[in-house]
Amino acid sequence: MLNKIWFISFVFITLLTASTHVAANAEVNVYSYRQPFLVKPLFDEFTKETGIKVNVVFAKKGMAERLAREGEYSPADILLTTDISRLIELHDKGLLQAATSAEMTSAIPAQYRASDDTWYALTTRVRNIYSAKRLGKIDFNYEDLADKKWQGKICTRSGKHPYNVALVASMIAEHGEADTLTWLEKVKANLARKPQGSDRAQVQAIHQNLCDLSLGNSYYFGNMLKDEKQKVWADAVYINFPNQNNRGAHVNISGMAMAKYAPNQSNALALMNFLVSEPAQKMYAETNMEYPVRPGVEPSKLVKSWGQFKADNLSLETIAQQRKAALILLDKAQFDL
Amino acid sequence: MIIGNKNTSWKFFSWFFAFALMLPVVVMLLGSLNAASDLFSHLWATVLPEYISNTLVLGVLVALLSLCFGVPAAAIISQTNIVMGKQLRWLLMLPLAMPAYLVAYLYTDLFDYAGPVQRSLRTWFDWQSPNDYYFFDIRTMGGAAIVIALVLFPYVYMLTRTAFEQQDRNLLRASRLLGCSERQSFYQIALPLARPAIAVSLALVIMETLADFATVQYFAVNTLTTAIYDTWLGYSDFAAANALASVLMLFILFVVVAEQRARAGQRHQSSRPNTQQQRKKLSFTQQVIASLFCWFLVFAGFLLPVVLLLVMAFDYADQQQFLALIETGKNSIEIATYSATIATLIALILTLFQRLHQSRGRMLPLQISGFGYAIPGTVLAMAMLATFGPIDHGINDLAKILGFTAPGLILSGTVFAIVFAFVVRFSAIANGTLSAGLGQIPRSLDLAPASLGVKTLPALLRVHLPLLKSSILVAWLLVFVEAMKELPAVLLLRPFNFETLSTQIYQLISDERLEQGALGAILIVLFGLLPIILLNRQKDNP
Repeated sequence: MLNKIWFISFVFITLLTASTHVAANAEVNVYSYRQPFLVKPLFDEFTKETGIKVNVVFAKKGMAERLAREGEYSPADILLTTDISRLIELHDKGLLQAATSAEMTSAIPAQYRASDDTWYALTTRVRNIYSAKRLGKIDFNYEDLADKKWQGKICTRSGKHPYNVALVASMIAEHGEADTLTWLEKVKANLARKPQGSDRAQVQAIHQNLCDLSLGNSYYFGNMLKDEKQKVWADAVYINFPNQNNRGAHVNISGMAMAKYAPNQSNALALMNFLVSEPAQKMYAETNMEYPVRPGVEPSKLVKSWGQFKADNLSLETIAQQRKAALILLDKAQFDL
Repeated sequence: MIIGNKNTSWKFFSWFFAFALMLPVVVMLLGSLNAASDLFSHLWATVLPEYISNTLVLGVLVALLSLCFGVPAAAIISQTNIVMGKQLRWLLMLPLAMPAYLVAYLYTDLFDYAGPVQRSLRTWFDWQSPNDYYFFDIRTMGGAAIVIALVLFPYVYMLTRTAFEQQDRNLLRASRLLGCSERQSFYQIALPLARPAIAVSLALVIMETLADFATVQYFAVNTLTTAIYDTWLGYSDFAAANALASVLMLFILFVVVAEQRARAGQRHQSSRPNTQQQRKKLSFTQQVIASLFCWFLVFAGFLLPVVLLLVMAFDYADQQQFLALIETGKNSIEIATYSATIATLIALILTLFQRLHQSRGRMLPLQISGFGYAIPGTVLAMAMLATFGPIDHGINDLAKILGFTAPGLILSGTVFAIVFAFVVRFSAIANGTLSAGLGQIPRSLDLAPASLGVKTLPALLRVHLPLLKSSILVAWLLVFVEAMKELPAVLLLRPFNFETLSTQIYQLISDERLEQGALGAILIVLFGLLPIILLNRQKDNP
């Protein structure tokens, strides 16, 4: 019977693995940090146009590690990320390859792509300061969050979240480590509660008078307005673009890159070209309320209604370089504790 | 003892499976060896001490609360005439069906400042800001400990209740005859007799708590698992993350050893225990207090979260969600079925080996294979990649050399990795259940067939397996349910186009949109109810 058990489990395992092994055939494989519902409409459109099937695996955590472990046999062709640091991490670990086309070079401004063509931005998003409508319109700088007058009035998600880490990195690039640490300590002292929850939860807290200000990405505003439960939260706040009278608001990107060992290179390039095309840029920006990077493509009406803004022109690579320093400062300030 | 030393294949497979299940742990430990020390000194100087103390405090608090919830409940149900005792007996197990991360989300959402409870209070009493009134802060260590204990206390309750019910009443009677009061005989005889069961269940509770990440995150409580995530995902230092995970494993190992120490030499088994229950008649006040206590646990641990989910599903569910549910539900059930089947088969081999084989060290495979329970899901997933990645590479290299097309990542890139991870993680549960089941079979039955000249396998098939039938079913179902609930390992290991109920709920929760995943959550809970119903039936009709 033992042999039987062994045999049965063996057959089981073989069947199991065989059944999930997909034959490589007019398809492209995507590892995505982006949520499926954001990218699926785009991929459906791409498949309709080209007949190339798009397979997606969505994961926020450990994608780089998985890719590195898979090495030359990785099925991944395209990587989609929601943050510059992730792209640079993949780049630094040697997990990307250069990919270029006339279409991409003409569509994406130089500041939004890697100098060695290993990654491209697709959309930009601003790290905004949301403020309670009851305060009236105010011009904010990120530096103001350290002001004593906001004591007990600020809400934010974990400082360790990539979006906040990137903001802190940009502060380091602007002010240096020592001043940024002081800033962090003062912001921490102003928090209404321990960092927790998502960007949306902070807006909810403002709506409920728990705090007056919060940090949040721009697109959440649009997404909350579209959600029947969350609309009231968004209605209670203004979305503010910080530092408009000086260096500009901190901007992060969502981007794409080709995996070093992409097995379906030509299909991958086709998908990349598609993603920078005008209709795709329009659609991408529209579904998630972001700013398309391709000049000439307008953001959605709603996003446009928030007005023009000045973006910090600090290079994305600099932000990524300061990431580790930012994490260390966040630990030193014990921001999340 | 019917498996002789000559039966090497059984021995081989036992050790083989034990090593296979141990492999990720070994890989993790090896991976931690080249951890850079400067990151550690930085962490140590800043946040690590607080993370560690948080971890310990949380473990102790959850353990204490689970005791305070579980032991009195067990005593009330097994020894008194509480009203609706028969119903409460199984209702008290229901919180086990709830995934902790889900309950955590529901409760933080409910009692948060912006949540419906405080909102209504503010409306009723016309309070404007948090300064106008006091309300406990759910997102604290205390909040986390209470909610986690509410979901985990049934382990303590179930095992302790069983221990009480199986106690030899003659011992209690003897103590009464010798002049003990009812209370004295409970504290001096019944409770100490139940100590082994309490210790086992507490160990389970503590292990679950320490390895948890998603739940504490909702409470903004930073523990060692937070540090593991930070070092790995933030500082991109996988080796250091491994080292921290190893520290966590040490904690858990300590719990396991302490538990075994606590149980050492505590075998009080009567050959024919008198388990006739003599229930204590409660006075009216006692009756009220006991009922309030038990119903509170049922309500807070199960009914309230389920009602919240039902309300959400009722408000938000549409046809599209139903359709998505079929696909993701199918995936969940599929991987849970594979995992449960394989884990149960392996547990069967290992427990029978431990029981029937004569070789020295026959206990070891069983003990080793339970280790995976202590590894947080994400760390386990990483260990899977580190373990099977190289094997996959070997296979592909070999295929290339032999002139075949490379088959791709057939181990680390498919459902195989998920199922393997689940088997590693949940084997301890299957092992425990089957060991307990086997413990009920008198040792004389091991020998009888041999003395009648029947060979090993036929004997097992005809004697032990039928007697183990119900334990096998329970073990299978328990693993199945855990696998349905599991989140972090699936999240990282899943192949292309593969969503499960838990990954879908997780994504919606991360956008504060659980409403749209409420149907899926209810489905997970419904499946979680199955083993409980079954366990209950068994106990009622032995």
